[in-house]
Amino acid sequence: MIPAAFEYHRATSVDDAIAMLANDGGSTKVLAGGQSLLPLLKLRLAATDRLLDIGRLSELKGYRPQPDGSLDIGALTTYAEWRSERTYPGVGEAIDQIADVQVRNRGTIGGAVAHADPASDFPAIGLAFEASAVVRGPRGERVVPLSEFFEGAFATAMEPDEILVAIRRGPVPAGGGFGFRKLPQPASGYSIVGVAALVARERGAIAHASIGITGVGDHPYRAVAVESALVGSDGSPAAIEAAAGRAADGVEVNSDIHADREYRTAMAAVFTRRAIEAALERAD
Amino acid sequence: MTADVLGAPIKRVEDPRFIMGEGRYLDDIKLPSMAHMAILRSPYAHANIRSVNVAAARSMPGVIDVFTGADIPYNPLPMAWPAGGSSGVQNNLNTPRVLATDSVKWTGEGVAAVVAETPAQAVDALEAIVVDWEPLPAVVDAEKATEPGAPQLHENAPNNVVFDWTVGDKAGTDAAFEAAEVVVSQRLVNQRLIPNPIETRGDIGWYDPGTDEYTIWMSSQTPHIQRLLVGIFTMGIPEHKLRCISPDVGGAFGTKIFCYADMALSLFASKAIGGRPVKWVESRRENYQSTVHGRDHITYVEAAATRDGEVTGLRVKTYANLGGRLSTVAGGIPTTLYARVLTGPYKIPNAFVEVIGVYTNTTFVDAYRGAGRPEATYVIERAMDLVADELGMDRAAVRRKNFLPPDAFPYDNPSGLLTAVNGEKVYIDSGNYEPALNKALTTIGYYDLEAQRSDARRRGKLLGVGLSTYLEICGVAPSKWIGAVGEGWGAAMWESSNIKVHLTGKVVVTMGTQPQGQGHETTYAQVISHELGVPMEDIVVQHSDTKGTPFGYGSYGSRTASVGTSAAIKAAGKIREKARRYAAHMLEASVDDVEVDGANYSIKGSPDKVKTLQEIAFALDLAFDAPEGMEPYLDETAYFDTPNCTFPFGTHIAVVEVDQETGQVDLVRYVAVDDVGKKINPLIVDGQLHGGIAQGVGQALWERAVYDDNGQLLSGSMLDYALPRASWLPAFELDETVTPSPVNPIGVKGVGEAGTIASTAATANAVIDALRPLGIRHLDMPYTPPTVWRAIQQAKGGQA
Repeated sequence: MIPAAFEYHRATSVDDAIAMLANDGGSTKVLAGGQSLLPLLKLRLAATDRLLDIGRLSELKGYRPQPDGSLDIGALTTYAEWRSERTYPGVGEAIDQIADVQVRNRGTIGGAVAHADPASDFPAIGLAFEASAVVRGPRGERVVPLSEFFEGAFATAMEPDEILVAIRRGPVPAGGGFGFRKLPQPASGYSIVGVAALVARERGAIAHASIGITGVGDHPYRAVAVESALVGSDGSPAAIEAAAGRAADGVEVNSDIHADREYRTAMAAVFTRRAIEAALERAD
Repeated sequence: MTADVLGAPIKRVEDPRFIMGEGRYLDDIKLPSMAHMAILRSPYAHANIRSVNVAAARSMPGVIDVFTGADIPYNPLPMAWPAGGSSGVQNNLNTPRVLATDSVKWTGEGVAAVVAETPAQAVDALEAIVVDWEPLPAVVDAEKATEPGAPQLHENAPNNVVFDWTVGDKAGTDAAFEAAEVVVSQRLVNQRLIPNPIETRGDIGWYDPGTDEYTIWMSSQTPHIQRLLVGIFTMGIPEHKLRCISPDVGGAFGTKIFCYADMALSLFASKAIGGRPVKWVESRRENYQSTVHGRDHITYVEAAATRDGEVTGLRVKTYANLGGRLSTVAGGIPTTLYARVLTGPYKIPNAFVEVIGVYTNTTFVDAYRGAGRPEATYVIERAMDLVADELGMDRAAVRRKNFLPPDAFPYDNPSGLLTAVNGEKVYIDSGNYEPALNKALTTIGYYDLEAQRSDARRRGKLLGVGLSTYLEICGVAPSKWIGAVGEGWGAAMWESSNIKVHLTGKVVVTMGTQPQGQGHETTYAQVISHELGVPMEDIVVQHSDTKGTPFGYGSYGSRTASVGTSAAIKAAGKIREKARRYAAHMLEASVDDVEVDGANYSIKGSPDKVKTLQEIAFALDLAFDAPEGMEPYLDETAYFDTPNCTFPFGTHIAVVEVDQETGQVDLVRYVAVDDVGKKINPLIVDGQLHGGIAQGVGQALWERAVYDDNGQLLSGSMLDYALPRASWLPAFELDETVTPSPVNPIGVKGVGEAGTIASTAATANAVIDALRPLGIRHLDMPYTPPTVWRAIQQAKGGQA
């Protein structure tokens, strides 16, 4: 558990960090809460010439409502800090299922998104809330919807010289309800299947469904097939079951020693159904 | 008058230092001028070594020296317990070398070592060592390894067989099966486990050029034995030139009994670099590859029975996976400690067992908490359920029908399971099995489960209840039974104790046993306080250091409470006797007239004429006025060789709920009624049971070492190897019966492993009971969600 040698730099501001990244030729890794990167370095599964520590930049913390009604949550907000805010009903229950107390006290939501672990829980929640990544680099700031941000295992739409500064949560449908259901891998606590669902009903029919799924494919994704089957339906058990059955449509499903492809595919449907049911229980 | 603390549930005296971070574990020790060692481990499960080039590593920053197998002049590590002892059973032995020379047999075998100024420099330099490998095909499954065409690991072990050992009455058993009204049979896989003590292993080796003496600090359960195994057997250094010290040991579960290559390597390295101490501390990932694993049996069990449920015969064939080379007592675990207790608490008149030890390209396998008895309990308790299933009998009733009756003890297994190859026997010392069963059944509400089952079904769950009426063997062992001409542990198994009562009346007890978290400093003090009438705070218990403690065989196999404590009681008796003689001298009375009450020695009929142990110790230790022929000092040593082993037993019952949709298993209740004889400290007994039960449940539900076909360990870290968490377990409901053991002065039996031995089978039987309505009779562990889900799908005729 001794990492290979690296240089350590502590950024004084976001601009300072971006300037450092611009000059390093891609040999720097950005350190936030350290809950994923440091174990990888210590196990020598990853190595880097330089660590750029942005962990103390207060400008990356906190909540900032935007003029259009969306909300920016600073990238360095820890799970525990997020939990202590007045979150949308059901989100607290979801946060409590992420990792363990120690990780939630140090780990940041921006770190989780930028690291892009295929089985990380936060991206599924962000996808259900139709959130975006706010990234800043030498060419300025841009906003990338999470549904386009995750490109593969540990691969994102960010350029090597960009930094994730906030997660932007879009306006939430009126009367909606949120639910998160997860089958954890018992050793790591990551999701074998993790499903976040935000669902709203209008006049007896499902008017909105946004569903984020993690653990199933090589990156967290929006379950568009489920969403389109659900929206417009009556939300009956049969309709939910039928929609949930499409949770892994078009996805190359993971297979490992904890859950093979067939089981994971079946559980994607089960946990999608359960997440939708939980969301509807909270919806108006 | 001191309150009697024997049997009291007092808190452990060592806990404040452990809890407050003031324990002194191996890695806490920092010696002047200490260097640090790292070991290069094989990335291949099976490969020849063409060459090892260390030139680049030598020139890395901070590197002091680099060693390969060619540099090490020592013997391969010793094998202390081949199967069958000296009975003539062929054992095709291959043990690890300190560093591999020609070939490696598992991923993680040590190939080279770097000694550097800092741990980081040593680890960095490993990456500069270049090994020219010739990879070879690997085999990881014990049964497949014995089949024609399997990769061969060792020239002296055709078909990878280490030994083919049998015990029992073959003719009688075959006859019982021919005459049987009912026969059940099943293939059972008892999966490989990784033991996971909180503290990994480590050593500090130090060679003193001034005295030509060696000292090793080691995280070990057996410092005295290592002085022999590392010293004379591996390095050729006799006892008077090697001192072994085990500081506080942070858990072991059996893995720290053994002689490991790193021990000799750290001593060798210290001498090679001129006498600087050399520290090596194992990382967790190294621990997963280079410290022993446990279990890993493939077993074919057959039981013969009458239609009314009397089990008349048991026939077992087991393939025991022992890894790429043999660990120190690898041969003894699946033979003596497994096969000899396979009939459990039952009066099965005919039994025959064949055990085939097998080499595979995996980490070596040796004792892990329970060591053979969890495997045996799993086999017999699954078999009893299969018999009940076949006959449509109640599972408790089948067990009750076959229990040894209370008047059967001491019990000699008629098939000779407990008879050593030299004819020496041990007997099941005592027992009364039904009361424990009845208590557990009542607590769980066994005869009123239908309501619970239908409540679960309404929630989409299947409820299952599993029994384990286990028997285990502790207090190993009579030396003439276990010794070289008997079972073949190339050693005796007595224990030792020295007690000194110093001038101030304070008592120092030194033991040959070695704790690793069990609370020996508390329990021995309780016993000696009871024996000598001295308050516990006036007693200190010492162990851990071959310089200053009497020779002992160490702590494992739940032997310390019965064998170690008995040695301490014997030493206390000698102290009391000498104190009594000196009290007679002080009181000018005859010895026969001196009465002892706690620490008071008085003349019969004159209770005012009294001397305390403290007064006696002061006078006798100074010896200004000692009578003719009496040596000074209250200082006595005793050795205790147990006349028999002890056999704890009990009934554990697990209740589980299975989610039919996901295959998830939830352990909802757990009742344990254990009979461990008299208890020295019930709080410590409960603690041992809690941890043990959790560990055994871990095997049933979560834990599994997984190798791929190339011998790569896929469950190579805690990210992929699932240990039980407290929040996954219900509050255990513990109860007891007390049947004192007749083979030691207190009547204790031992409890270090009982929980683990019983709970795997109880939980397994509960899961299979839950699945029984679907027609499922057996499923191999661990019952992970995909495993259970697939079984349910198949039973329902779905895909998969």
